[in-house]
Amino acid sequence: MTNFEMDRRKFISTATSAAGGMMLGFHIPAAANAAAIMDEPWMAGEGGQEVNAWLVIDPDNSVTIRVGQSEMGEGVFTGMPMLVAEELQCDWSSVKAVYAEANRNARQTAEPYMVAAGAAKETDGVYQRMSTGGSGAVRRSRLYLSQAGASARERLKQAAANAWGVERSAVSAENGMLSSGSNSSTFGEFAGAAAAISLESEPAIKTPDQYTLLGKSVARLDTPLKVNGAAVYGIDTQVPGMVYAAVEVSPVPGGRLASYDFDAVKDRPGIIAAYRLGEGGIGSLNYNLDEVANRVTGIQSGVAVIADSYYRALTALQLMPKQWDAGEHGNVSDSSIIDSALEVLANPDDSTFNPADSVGDARGVIADASSVLEATYVTPYLEHACMEPMNCTAHVTPDRADIWVGTQNPPRALSVAAEEAGLPEEKVYVHNAFLGTGFGRRLRQDEVRQAAAIAKAHGEPVKVIWTREETTRQGKFRPYSTYHFAASIDADGKPEAYWNRIVSHSIFNHQLPQYLQEGIDGQAVEGLDERLPYHFPNKQVDYAIRDSHLPVHWWRSVGASQNAFAIESFIDELAHAAGADPLEFRLSLMPEDSEFRRPLEVAAKEAGWTADLRRGEGMGIGLAEAFGTISAQVAYVTVSRRGQLRVETIDVAVDCGNVIHPKLVEMQMESSVVFGLTAALYGEIHIRNGVVVDDNFDQYQMLRINEMPEVRTHFALSGGDKWGGVGEPAVPPVAPAVTNAIFAATGKRIRRLPIRNHDLTG
Amino acid sequence: MAFDLNVNGASYTVDAEPETPLLWVIRDSIGLTGTKYGCGIAKCGACTVHIDGKKTFSCTTKVSAAVGKEITTIEGLSEDNSHPLQIAWIEEDVPQCGYCQSGQIMAAAALLEQNPNPSDLNIDTAMSDNICRCGTYSRIRKAIHRAADIAQG
Ligand code: FES
Ligand code: FES
Repeated sequence: MTNFEMDRRKFISTATSAAGGMMLGFHIPAAANAAAIMDEPWMAGEGGQEVNAWLVIDPDNSVTIRVGQSEMGEGVFTGMPMLVAEELQCDWSSVKAVYAEANRNARQTAEPYMVAAGAAKETDGVYQRMSTGGSGAVRRSRLYLSQAGASARERLKQAAANAWGVERSAVSAENGMLSSGSNSSTFGEFAGAAAAISLESEPAIKTPDQYTLLGKSVARLDTPLKVNGAAVYGIDTQVPGMVYAAVEVSPVPGGRLASYDFDAVKDRPGIIAAYRLGEGGIGSLNYNLDEVANRVTGIQSGVAVIADSYYRALTALQLMPKQWDAGEHGNVSDSSIIDSALEVLANPDDSTFNPADSVGDARGVIADASSVLEATYVTPYLEHACMEPMNCTAHVTPDRADIWVGTQNPPRALSVAAEEAGLPEEKVYVHNAFLGTGFGRRLRQDEVRQAAAIAKAHGEPVKVIWTREETTRQGKFRPYSTYHFAASIDADGKPEAYWNRIVSHSIFNHQLPQYLQEGIDGQAVEGLDERLPYHFPNKQVDYAIRDSHLPVHWWRSVGASQNAFAIESFIDELAHAAGADPLEFRLSLMPEDSEFRRPLEVAAKEAGWTADLRRGEGMGIGLAEAFGTISAQVAYVTVSRRGQLRVETIDVAVDCGNVIHPKLVEMQMESSVVFGLTAALYGEIHIRNGVVVDDNFDQYQMLRINEMPEVRTHFALSGGDKWGGVGEPAVPPVAPAVTNAIFAATGKRIRRLPIRNHDLTG
Repeated sequence: MAFDLNVNGASYTVDAEPETPLLWVIRDSIGLTGTKYGCGIAKCGACTVHIDGKKTFSCTTKVSAAVGKEITTIEGLSEDNSHPLQIAWIEEDVPQCGYCQSGQIMAAAALLEQNPNPSDLNIDTAMSDNICRCGTYSRIRKAIHRAADIAQG
C-alpha cells in the first residue's frame, strides 16, 4: 500500500501492567512519557508503584492518576485527577492522567476499605462508575476519588511513621513530600511500603473550606496534545496489520439489504472482502424493533466492505450494486409521525394518557373559567452530530478481543464486545480513546457490536468508520415531543389552574421499559411534573407515549432539552396575557424558598433585565433544572426589519452548588449555549420515506463562529452539600430565552422549533 | 498509481487512485492523523491543511492535485508547540474535545499569514468554515488576537 517508513514506529507488545494483568499496549516513544497525558490516553506508563487502583507513584515522585470517566471535552482528565490530588497532597505539577482500565474493572471489585468508608457506593467494580453521562463526573465520583486520595495519603504517612519511629499524626504530607522533624522524604520513596499498609479506620475527606487545589482554574492537562494533532481519537487508531471497513446499513431503520453484488467491485485495487451484516449475515444479535435488546445495539441489516485503505473500501461500497427492502416503515415521514402525535394531543380523553402529576381539579377549573389561554408546542427529532464520525477498531481472536474506541461507557462497550466475540469479559480489553464529543451518543455501543462482529468474521484487526452521512442516518435520535398547555386566568391575571398534556417518543419505552412508572417516562416529563418551578393551585400533567421506527437515545440534557422550551415559552405567554413583566410573573409563581429564585434574579440583574426596549430588540428568559443544577438565562437579541435575527448576548446564572474548577464550568456554560442555540436555530431531523435526509452539515446546520453570542457566566452558588452537574444543565434554557426574546422584539411567538422555519420579517 | 507528495517537508510516495481525497492519503497512507475527517464535503473544516501556504480542505482535494506542492498539516506547524497560535491556544485553554482544533489552528494560521492583525470581523469571516461542536468559538477569537500579539512581539 505504501512504501514509506512510518515515523512513529509502534509495535504491539505484551506487557505486565501495574495492575498485575496482561495488557496489550504500544511502545511509547520516550518523549511522550514526559507529557501529563499520553497521546494514546489508554496507555499507562511503565514502572511506578500502585498505592491503590487510582494512583501510581513513580520513583521520581510523579503521580499517575487513573480516570474512570471519558474525556470528550468536558475536562475530566483535569477535574478527576484534581479530586484525587486535593486529598493526596501531591505536587499538582507532577500529576499525569491516564484512563482506568475497563478490563480490570470487570475482574476486580472495589477495595473493601473503600466500601467500609462509605465511598464506594456506585457499582461493585473497582473503578466504581465508568460511564460518563448524566452530568455526573464530579457529583458521582467525588466521594470515592477523594477517599482514594485521602486513604493513600494516610498510608504514605503511616509508612513514613513506621520507618521513622514516630506517630502518624507527627508526619505531614505536603506537595509530594513527607516530613517529620528532621526527617523528610518524597512520596515516591514510601509508595511501596504504603501500598502494603492497612489502616484501622479510613480518614475523613475534606470539606470545601479546606480545599487548596479544588476551586482553582488550573490549566487543562490535555491541552498541549490538542494543539498539534497528537491526541489520539478512536478514529486515529493504528494497529499493525489493520484493514479498513466501510459500512452501509439499511437507510430505513429496520429495513433490509435485499441483495448486493460484491463481484462487481471485488477486483478494484485493495479490496479484500465483503460481509453481509445482520439478518442472514454476521453478528449474534440482529436489529429488530420488537425486542428491546435487539433495538438498542442489534446489528442493522447491511454490508461491510474491507480494503487496505478506508477510501478504497468506501469507494467500492458506494459503487457496489445494492438493493434495499425498506420494510414496513418505508412511507414514514417526520410530519406523519408528529401529526399523529398532535392528533393524540388534541384529544384529552385519549385512553393512553397517564397522569404524571395532579393537584386539585385543573380540568374542572379550566372548564368553568371565563378566560383560558391555550397553546401547543412542538420540538423535533435531533441527531447528536458528534464532531468525530462514528468508528470503532476491533481485533477478535479465539481467546482475546481488543476494542479501540472513544466511548462514554467502557464497561458497556466491553460487555457488548464480549457478547459479540463469544468471550468472557475478562478476555476483552477496551482501549478508550479521546472522544471527538459524545453528547450521549457514545453511550449506545451499536458501533462496538458492529465492529466486533466484522472483526470476528475477518480475523484481522479492522477499523470501521461510518461516513458522516451514515453516522447521521444511523443516529440514535433525541425524541420529538409535543405539548399542549391550558391555563385559566382570573381577573387579576393569576393562573388558578394549569393543565399540560405531553405526547412524545419515549426513550425509556425504547430501551429501558422497566424504568417506566405507570406509563410515565420520567425523563420525558422532566421539569414538567412535580419538578415544575412554578406553583399553580390546580395542576394536571398527562403523558402519552407515541413511538416511531427511529431509535431514540439520550441527547445532551435529555428531556429537559425540549421541555424547557415549551414550559418557559408558555409561562411567557401567560405573563403577557396577564400584562405582567415576565421576570416578576415568574417570581410570583414561585414559593418564597424556591431554589430557582436566586439564579433567576442573578441572571436578570447581570443582564440588565428590562422589558422596555425598542422594536427589534428583545430580552427573554429561560430557566431549567437538570442533573441537580439550576440554570437561568437571559438572552438579548436583535431582529432587523428584514427578519435577520442576531443573538447578541446570553447571561447564564448557574447554581451547581459547589465548583471544583471555575473555568471548566464556564467552558461548559458556553459550550451548552452553543449546543442549545444550534438546536434552537437550526436543529431538525427530516424523515422522508423512512430515511433521515439531513445527513451532513450542508443540511444539518451547526452554529458557526460568526453567529456566536457573547456568553457571560455568573455563579449563583448555594454551596452546602449541593453538587450539581455542569455538562448539560445549561442547554435547556437557551431555546426559550431566545424565542421569548424574539417575541419581545417582534411580537412573534415561536411554538415550534427550529427558529429558522419562521418568518421574522416585521 | 504512485504519487510523490511533499508533506511537512518530507517526501512520501503513496499508492492511491488519482481521485482519492488527500485527507485519506495523509491519514491512512502517510499516518499523520492530526488532520481529521468531519464531513467529507467541505462543510466543517476539520480536514484543513495548507497547500503552498493556502488554506485547503483536504477532504475535497484529490491527491493528484497535490503533487509537486508543499503540503503542511498540523504536525508540520512546529516541532514543539512553539507556533504563536499553539502558544496562544494553550494560554487560552481553547480546546475542549479537541477534534476540530487541528482544522481551526490551520485555518487561523492561514489567516495570520494574510492578515497579521485581524479584527473580530476578519476572524469571523475567515473562521466560519470551521465547525466546533464544543462551542469554543469565543476562546478561538481571543487566542487568534493573542497569537497576533505574540507574533508581533
Ligand atoms: S472533512 Fe473536510 S471540510 Fe469537513
Ligand atoms: S473542541 Fe470539540 S469540536 Fe471543537
